[in-house]
Amino acid sequence: MSLLEVQDLHTSFFTSAGEVKAVNGLSFRLEKGKVLGIVGESGSGKSVTAYSVLQILTHPGRIVSGSIRFRDEELVGKSDAEMREIRGNKISIIFQDPMTSLNPTFTIGNQLEEAILLHTNRNKKQAEERAVEMLKLVGISEPEKRIRQYAYELSGGMRQRVMIAMALACEPDILIADEPTTALDVTIQAQILELILDLQKKMGMAVIMITHDMGVIAQICDEVIVMYAGSVCERGTADAIFYHPCHEYTKGLMRSIPDMNDDEKKKLIPIAGTPIDLLHMPPGCPFAPRCDRAMKICLQEKAKEYWVGHNHLSACWQNIRDGICSTERPEEEEEEA
Amino acid sequence: MATESTAKAFTPDPEFLLQVRNLKEYFPITTGFMKTTMLKAVDDVSFDIRKGETLGLVGESGCGKTTIGRTILQLYKPTAGEIWFKGKKIDSKESLREFRRQAQMVFQDPYSSLNPRMTVADIVAEPIDVHKMYTNKKDREARIHELMNLVGLNTEHATRYAHEFSGGQRQRIGIARALASQPEFIVCDEPVSALDVSIQAQVINMLEDLQARLGLTYLFIAHDISVVKHISNRIAVMYLGHMMELASANELTKHPVHPYTVSLMSAVPIPDPKVSRRQQRIVLKGDVPSPLKVPEGCPFRPRCERATEACAKTCPAMREVAPGHFAACHNL
Repeated sequence: MSLLEVQDLHTSFFTSAGEVKAVNGLSFRLEKGKVLGIVGESGSGKSVTAYSVLQILTHPGRIVSGSIRFRDEELVGKSDAEMREIRGNKISIIFQDPMTSLNPTFTIGNQLEEAILLHTNRNKKQAEERAVEMLKLVGISEPEKRIRQYAYELSGGMRQRVMIAMALACEPDILIADEPTTALDVTIQAQILELILDLQKKMGMAVIMITHDMGVIAQICDEVIVMYAGSVCERGTADAIFYHPCHEYTKGLMRSIPDMNDDEKKKLIPIAGTPIDLLHMPPGCPFAPRCDRAMKICLQEKAKEYWVGHNHLSACWQNIRDGICSTERPEEEEEEA
Repeated sequence: MATESTAKAFTPDPEFLLQVRNLKEYFPITTGFMKTTMLKAVDDVSFDIRKGETLGLVGESGCGKTTIGRTILQLYKPTAGEIWFKGKKIDSKESLREFRRQAQMVFQDPYSSLNPRMTVADIVAEPIDVHKMYTNKKDREARIHELMNLVGLNTEHATRYAHEFSGGQRQRIGIARALASQPEFIVCDEPVSALDVSIQAQVINMLEDLQARLGLTYLFIAHDISVVKHISNRIAVMYLGHMMELASANELTKHPVHPYTVSLMSAVPIPDPKVSRRQQRIVLKGDVPSPLKVPEGCPFRPRCERATEACAKTCPAMREVAPGHFAACHNL
């Protein structure tokens, strides 16, 4: 039994212009204590996936079909009251923008204690003790003073630490981090990523890291899912994705990132065209219109995910043409020296 | 001519297109009742840019990198310091007018930097309208089409409005506008940070092509070090309004010497799991201090592991530690 199992999830936004299929048949499993990365560009459906799991989608978005099982318990179809038992308690989320996700009219302590009072049977005083303890855990100095301060009195990095403290106050099983460092500077980003990894090991929770930054993925993830236009392109261990990308989109993505360690100036190879219009999805592979190796079948039919390695799946017709994939999971390869 | 206007020893070097000397930009901030404090956004910065070169400017938010770009173009009036362009000091109204034609800017946000009420043609033509760089309407239209072709935009879209374009295309419009007055020098202020990775590469490649084709000189401001490393010949690192280190792109990323640059480079996430696992990260303690309360002496001192007493007393000046490699640190 996996900790979290998402099966064939479809989430759409029903706008006046038509149905926007933000997540289009996504399946994944998350095991206990693992860090799963979901990487993709804007509009790839990575954040909507997170919101679907927690069911915090706003109108006109809703889950159309699919199943989300947490510890073998179906989440899709649960009432708001039932979901509230899970949100912030069993599954927590940190948002991208620490500036807007804290309430400016309440003190830090107030907001931290809210989650603790709601989900545990601690009294007000114990909740405050817990809040101070959490702030200490995330590396905030003088926590007794901080809990009486407001969000505007803290820097961006500090606010993100407070958000993490809030998310972890009830010791969740899963932490969803939705672009937690995108709004932060690199040196602060390094602090926050280190903190998340450190707490993940200490508390043994699983993390879903949603980001557009391949560097962040390489730094902290065990497994990676590459998404494009609401579908999975490729998934596997971080090493498999980075060293043996198989899907044309992943390959294109890798080629378009500048290499820090290159002495010579190599030209970047961008992916041609513009991201797909989610209102007008083609029948075939969503990446086909931008793919320079697209074949006839790519435009007509979406490829299924096939095994391209022991821990590596890819949904690309090119893999079948090149004969590098199979329907059977291959044996574990020997480690390269 | 230049030497006549300044009594001081500074003589412009013809090798450099742009020379900035002791540039300061202070903003008065109201900090209390009848009380203002000077926010030193840029404090005593000097550097040169060669013709045809790209100088990258990196630093964290609030370090003054954007202010430098804007002050050079005199969108802000410099508090102190000199700007020399092609051997001429920019100090009079006439010199500024000519300088503004030859120096242009590409802005970070392709959403707010284009007027939503103007058509693409009018946006692109604005600089040539201002500088009256065409003879008749036909001439103007031909130039608009030429510019749109140059940045890979469909000329049929000239009558559309900015909101009808995607982020990457809008940035192309912004670049076309910057090229309209045939400038030699362009300040690119975070031109790709609002774009997706795949689109980012398209715009970076285009900037490189245009540079080669038109002989442009760039001041490339960005916080993404891997992007800056890719496009720049030399890189300057800023911290709290001060320049900390300046060296060639390879030298600075491979062998940084200033403690701040060292930790900055180690914090850059490398998109390679094996390298990333081996990477020795120096995680800096604490946050960047408020630019209103810049520490005495070296601005980096409170977060620096190698800080000594000397660092608290005086602010280190930039000096050459290796040929072409400058750093401002007492401990080198």
